Amino acid sequence: MNIDPATFLAIVAMAVITWLTRVSGLWLVRFVPKGGRGAAALEAVPAAVLMSVIAPMVFMTGVPESLAAAITLLVALRLPLIAAVFAGVGSVVMLRMLLG
Amino acid sequence: MMPTNSSAEFRAGAMAILPAAVAVIPFGLLLGARSVEKGLSTAEIFLMCATVFAGSAQFVVIDLWSQPAPWAFIALTTLLINIRHVLMGASLAGKLGGFSSPGKPVAVSFMADEIWAMAERRALEARLTPAYYAGLAGVLYVNWLVWNMAGVVLGTAIADPESLGFDFAFTAIFIGLLTGFWRGTQTAWVLVASSAAAVVVKYAVEGPWYIMAGGHAGVMVAILVWRSGDDAGKAHVA
Repeated sequence: MNIDPATFLAIVAMAVITWLTRVSGLWLVRFVPKGGRGAAALEAVPAAVLMSVIAPMVFMTGVPESLAAAITLLVALRLPLIAAVFAGVGSVVMLRMLLG
Repeated sequence: MMPTNSSAEFRAGAMAILPAAVAVIPFGLLLGARSVEKGLSTAEIFLMCATVFAGSAQFVVIDLWSQPAPWAFIALTTLLINIRHVLMGASLAGKLGGFSSPGKPVAVSFMADEIWAMAERRALEARLTPAYYAGLAGVLYVNWLVWNMAGVVLGTAIADPESLGFDFAFTAIFIGLLTGFWRGTQTAWVLVASSAAAVVVKYAVEGPWYIMAGGHAGVMVAILVWRSGDDAGKAHVA
């Protein structure tokens, strides 16, 4: 079990920082007003964060990825999540072969 | 809570996270293999996966890695990528009513994107229980360690996430989850603002700033378009 001191320090720094980002929301939320605009802000977080994470893949990667995202959305509106995932992954593979 | 109830909840959580756990396999293999190439020992790779447990940050950091490790630069990069957790934790905090006071910080310590998103989705339709959350987190955490270690052993030749469309799997999962968070026109504004901000910032600025920009833009727009009376009829489990 060999652990280099500089590497160990880097990993510990990563772990501590990541943990702090994860727990700080629990504490910060106490300062968000209950109800009204505060509640509207918190309620928007899931949609805002998920959309931001996928935006480069959906809008900036290529035609196959954008089309596959549209297909995924259409399937997701009617069928369970797992069906949407299969439809999305399947269509991106095919579209990349056809268009890529 | 009845024990049988808890084990059913745990299983439901484990099943919910299963697609994400499968999708993460090639990424775990690739990250484990890349970490070896960057000169990290098996013990160091295990330590990072077990204590950081944040795939996107680990991928970016491993690409920047050199020997000796530039720890301050690595720490700053990690902060930049993971700062989105602050918003995510603030949002999830209101759904942890079924958790004990020490249980809440323990739960959010495992708040990977997929676990958080599945927990938020669960809270839309049922009370989020510690057992359900443990099912989500336990499966994805063990899965992450196992496939990273497999990548250490097997090397780079085996895993290319793009070849089978695995790189798109998380996008597909998140699109599917997004449909559950629809609240009418105010959600449309949030999505437009988040997409626009994320795309512009991704285009203009190197690095992962776009997530924070898009997240904040969406939240800001939600605050702006809010009208009193919007809260009526919304039964949120707190």
